[in-house]
Amino acid sequence: MTINITMAVTLAGLYSVGFYLLMQRSLMRVILGIVILGHGANLFLQVAGGPPGEPTFVGSAVLEAMVDPLPQALALTAIVITFALTTFLLALAYRSWALLGHDEVQDDVEDRRIARAEQAARKVEDEGPESERVAGFEAPEAPESRPGEDDEEARIR
Amino acid sequence: MTFLVALPVLLPLLAAALSLVAGRSPRVQRLLGVVVLTAIAAVAATLLLRADSEGPVVLRLGGYGPPFGITLVADRLASLLLLVSALVTLAVLVFSIGQRITDFGRRTASTAFHPMYLVLCAGVSMAYLTGDLFNLFVAFEIMLGASYVLITRRVTAERVRPSMTYVIVSLTSSLLFITMIALVYTATGTVNLAAMPEKIAALPAGVQSSLALFIVIVFGIKAALVPLHFWLPDSYPTAPAPITAVFAALLTKVGVYALIRTQTLVFVHEDSWAVLLGVALVTMIIGALGAIAQNDLNRMLSFLLVSHIGYMLFGLALFTVIGLAGVILYVVHHITVQGALFLVSGLVTRHTGTVSLQAMSGVARAYPLVAVLFAIPAMSLAGIPPFSGFVAKMALLQAGAEVGTAMAIAVTAGAVVTSLLTLYAVTKIWVGAFWGPPTEPLVDDDPNDDVTVGTGSTSSAMVGATGGLVLISVLIAVFAGPLADMSERAANDLLHDEGYRSAVLGEGNG
Repeated sequence: MTINITMAVTLAGLYSVGFYLLMQRSLMRVILGIVILGHGANLFLQVAGGPPGEPTFVGSAVLEAMVDPLPQALALTAIVITFALTTFLLALAYRSWALLGHDEVQDDVEDRRIARAEQAARKVEDEGPESERVAGFEAPEAPESRPGEDDEEARIR
Repeated sequence: MTFLVALPVLLPLLAAALSLVAGRSPRVQRLLGVVVLTAIAAVAATLLLRADSEGPVVLRLGGYGPPFGITLVADRLASLLLLVSALVTLAVLVFSIGQRITDFGRRTASTAFHPMYLVLCAGVSMAYLTGDLFNLFVAFEIMLGASYVLITRRVTAERVRPSMTYVIVSLTSSLLFITMIALVYTATGTVNLAAMPEKIAALPAGVQSSLALFIVIVFGIKAALVPLHFWLPDSYPTAPAPITAVFAALLTKVGVYALIRTQTLVFVHEDSWAVLLGVALVTMIIGALGAIAQNDLNRMLSFLLVSHIGYMLFGLALFTVIGLAGVILYVVHHITVQGALFLVSGLVTRHTGTVSLQAMSGVARAYPLVAVLFAIPAMSLAGIPPFSGFVAKMALLQAGAEVGTAMAIAVTAGAVVTSLLTLYAVTKIWVGAFWGPPTEPLVDDDPNDDVTVGTGSTSSAMVGATGGLVLISVLIAVFAGPLADMSERAANDLLHDEGYRSAVLGEGNG
């Protein structure tokens, strides 16, 4: 079996861009990452059937020159599913933006709780004033500026 | 007879459509849900009896033969899990109807809940019954799609972030699933699970094990294996109690089922699999330690859920008949017990108005029945005799000791330690929530959202549904003998899968 270099490189590009975007802070980029990753996966499924451009219908070519039609049928189903779920995700992202007023994925609540506990423990150790905070454990943004977060923390505590 | 196999998928889907149409009349919706789920339970019981006496029941949809057509297969394992899942979904539905009536009265309809719940049930049934890999993907998507709607329904500001995490992680794992199907198809040229083993066996060993590992990762995200578990304790506890209960009871178990099915049927493992044993050990210990560190009742239960997924993985990784029989027993036990615990947590939250173990106390004195309903599944989870957890754990420990390699012994020891840690965790819940003087319920800070807490009111339907689940878990312990025999036969089918394959691929009864 020969490997189609163009398709392999395209797939590698789609997957790496998708995963890179998935690890971003902005929700919109995460969603774009999902979309691109979805394209990559669906394309991969099609490539699994044979080289692109060959006919699939019985009788349109000799058997050896045809590609396997089953992966194309599978890819069609998978495309519909990813399309539907992307739409749902966009609606959810809009809802999240409407509720929270920003589209950044925040730190894990628990991580922050642990960081704060450690910070408090150090403060007791040093008996320093309020201003001497340990910079490493400070969340990148002041938690007070985020609506809704404090409630969440209070609930979890 | 074979048409019966299609019913657990078709009935809830059709009922979901009807339920959507009947959105304005809550009584029709409720009746439809209860009737359909009862029917699925009956069908599953019939299928189980038939599969046990005559071998797998196979249905070829549209009359297309394998390996191209779609097949639905009900063997012992699939129909047993189908039966338990149907009973649990029924109990949770009754609980949720009871909660709805208590909170909003008999007249108000919840348009989206019933149809989506039925779609979820259809997805779960299809995942159990399907005979090919792509159909399994579709089943997962049906199930997860419905779960996205259920977890984000009437989402509030503090619930939107965790549910977003859930949706994105699940979507990513679905995309990896598509990738996995593409890889498997490229390597084997089929998506039919029964036709796959021959093709896989012809591949080089390296390709085989990388495919097997990729499948473990894909289903590991769904089943919440450590280190792929991080999303679960974040997202599950935020949903309303009945939703969390059904997610915790079923969704992760479907992932475990898919792992069992693919690793036993498609791949051949002669010995125990050390990598999977290691993952099992880490999952058990980290989950249990995570649970102990929590102060939130629901988060604690979620970590315990993660921890006990490790047990199922442990039995699977041994690849012996006794080990797999232990897993089947454990999955059956865990579906009922975990569902029951989350429902009890829902009851407790309604009485106390909080999920924080520090803020609540004295539930046992104020509501003794709730305390009993918690104590039985909790002790069962920790594996105290004579409850169902003990029977299942015992089977797993025996299987581990029997294999006897250093790794297997280490994981067996880890399983005992985890059992003790679980006991410590549930004791912590008991001391925090149930002992002490009763507290006044805290007032619900947002009475209009779906999570109603602190009203102090529960209806007999809610308590009854929880009691029903607890009763099932007690019955599992009472009928442990026949059930263990059945699990052993099912495990035997899994490891000696000629029966399954010839039933699917041969002319059979199609």
